[in-house]
Amino acid sequence: MFIQRIKENLKTTQLAGKLGWSMEANWADPLLFAIYSIIRPIASSLILVFMYLVVTRGKTSFDLFAYIFLGNAFFMYVYNVLFGISWVIHEDREHYQMLRYIYISPIRMYYYLFGRGIAKLITTTVAVIITLAFGIIFLKIPINLLEINYPLFLITLFVGLFVITCLGILLAGITMLTAHHSFALTEGLGGLFYLACGAIFQIDLLPRWLQYISKSLPLTYWLELLRRTILGKSLSHTLSRYSDLELLLIMLLTTVLLALVSNYIYKSIEYIARKTGKIDQVITY
Amino acid sequence: MKTELKTNLKAILGRGYVRLVGAHREPSWVITETLLPLLTTAAFVYVYKALKAPEEFTGFVVLGGAMTAYWMNVLWSMAAQFYWEKETGNLEIYMVAPISRMAILFGMAFGGFYMASTRAVFVFLIGSLIFKVNFVLISWEKLILLFLLTQISLYGLGMVFSSLFMLFGREAWHTTNLFQEPVYLLSGFYFPVKSLGLTAGMIASLIPLTLGLDGMRQLAFKGGSEFGLLDVNLEIGGLVLLSIFFLFASHYALKYMEYLGKKEGRLTMRWQ
Repeated sequence: MFIQRIKENLKTTQLAGKLGWSMEANWADPLLFAIYSIIRPIASSLILVFMYLVVTRGKTSFDLFAYIFLGNAFFMYVYNVLFGISWVIHEDREHYQMLRYIYISPIRMYYYLFGRGIAKLITTTVAVIITLAFGIIFLKIPINLLEINYPLFLITLFVGLFVITCLGILLAGITMLTAHHSFALTEGLGGLFYLACGAIFQIDLLPRWLQYISKSLPLTYWLELLRRTILGKSLSHTLSRYSDLELLLIMLLTTVLLALVSNYIYKSIEYIARKTGKIDQVITY
Repeated sequence: MKTELKTNLKAILGRGYVRLVGAHREPSWVITETLLPLLTTAAFVYVYKALKAPEEFTGFVVLGGAMTAYWMNVLWSMAAQFYWEKETGNLEIYMVAPISRMAILFGMAFGGFYMASTRAVFVFLIGSLIFKVNFVLISWEKLILLFLLTQISLYGLGMVFSSLFMLFGREAWHTTNLFQEPVYLLSGFYFPVKSLGLTAGMIASLIPLTLGLDGMRQLAFKGGSEFGLLDVNLEIGGLVLLSIFFLFASHYALKYMEYLGKKEGRLTMRWQ
C-alpha cells in the first residue's frame, strides 16, 4: 500500500513535470526559446555588473564582484520556482480552467505542484549555467572549476532547491484564496528573500533586526554555502563565524522546519479553499 | 461627430474606471502593491552601500525602483492586456462596440497610470525616507515636464505593444517577461545609463524611460549631471518626438493588427 502510494506520487510528479516542460517550452520554436532563455538571466546579471563597474570605475577583479554575481545567479532559482509553482494555481484555475479536473483525478495536488515546479527548475538550471559561463568567460569571475567542493555544493544545491519548492507550494496555497495577488505576492516574497538573505550583498550591512530575520531563513545559509564551495571563502563577517558543517546543519534544520510549516499551511489553506468554494472560482481578473 | 466624441470619452472613462476600482478591490493591495515592491529596491541600495558608492547612487536606485512600477504596468497591463482580454472574452465585445479602439487603449493607459502611481509614489517616498535620500532640485518645472513627457511617451509605447501583442497567444506572456530585465538594464533603472556608453545609451533612448530617468536624475540630485547621458533640454526634445511617434504608431499598428486578426481569424482564439 505504502509502496503503491509512493509509485503513484512519483508518477504524478513525473507527468506534471512533463506537462510543465511542454507549457514552458512549446510556445516558440527552439531557437527563439533558446534566445529567450539566455537574454533574461544575462540581462539580470549585467544590471549588477554595471552597478559595480560604475562605482569601481571598470574594475571587476575584487572578491565582492564574484560574491554579488554568484548570489544573483543562484537566486534565479528562488524567483523562478516560487513564481512558477504559485502561478500554476492561477493559470489552471483562471486561464485553462482545469484545476477542478485535476482535483477530481486520483492524484495528490501537492505532488502535482511539485512536478510543475520541476519544469521550472530545469529551465532555471539552464539559465544559471549560462549566467555562470558568461561570468567566467566574459567577466573573468575568479572561479576555478577544479577547486570547487563538489560534494558539499551538490548537497547544498539540492537542499536549497527542495526548500524553494516547499516555499513555492506554500505560496500556491495562499494563491488559492487570493483573487489576483499571486503575482505581487511572489514578487514581494522574492524581494524579501533577495533583501533579507543577502543575495547580492553581505547580510552584515542590514540593520540588526533584519539580520535576525536573515538568520532564521534557510536560504541565507544556502547562498552562503554555495558561494563558499565555489569561491572557497566567505565575505560575510556574520556568517564566517560558522564552519561549513555548522552552516549545513543550520540549513538542514531550518529546511525541515520550513517544509513542515509549508505542508501544514498548504493543507489548511486547501481545506479552507474547498470549504469556501474557491478551488474553481473564476473571477476573470 | 459630437456624439462620437462623447461616446469615445465615455469609453475612455469606462475602461479607466475598471482599473481604478480594480486597484483597490482587495484591501491587501496596500501590502502587495506598496510595501513588497520596496524590498527589491532596498536590496539594490545595499549593493551600493556594500560598494561604498557616493551618496547620490542611493537616490538613483530609489528613483529607478519607483519608476519600475510604470514599466511593469506598461508591460503587464498595457502590452499584454489584449491577450488577457482575448482570454476572458472581452476583446470581441470591444470590437463590436461603436467606439474607437484607441479609446479603449487611452482608458487602459489612464487607469494604468493611476495604478502604477500608487506603487511608484510609495516606493519613492518610503525609500527616500528610509535611506535618507538627499534631493537637490535644479528645476521643478523641467522635472515635472520631463516626468509627464516620459509618461506620455511610455504609455504611447504601451499602446503600440498592446496592438502588436493582440494576436499573440501564450507567447504574449513570455514576450512580456522578456522585456522586463533587459529593459531594466538598457534604461539604467539602477545605474546611470551613461555607463553603457554613448552608442548603447542612444539606442536605449528609444525606450522613453531611458531619457526620462536620466533627465530626472540630472535634475533631482547633486552630481546627477556628471552621470547624465545627454543635456536635459535635448532629452526633453527627444521625449516630445517619442510621444508623437508612439501615439501615431499605436493608431496605425492597432488598425493593421485588427485587420490581420480578422483576416486570419485570430481575434477570438483562446487557450493557444
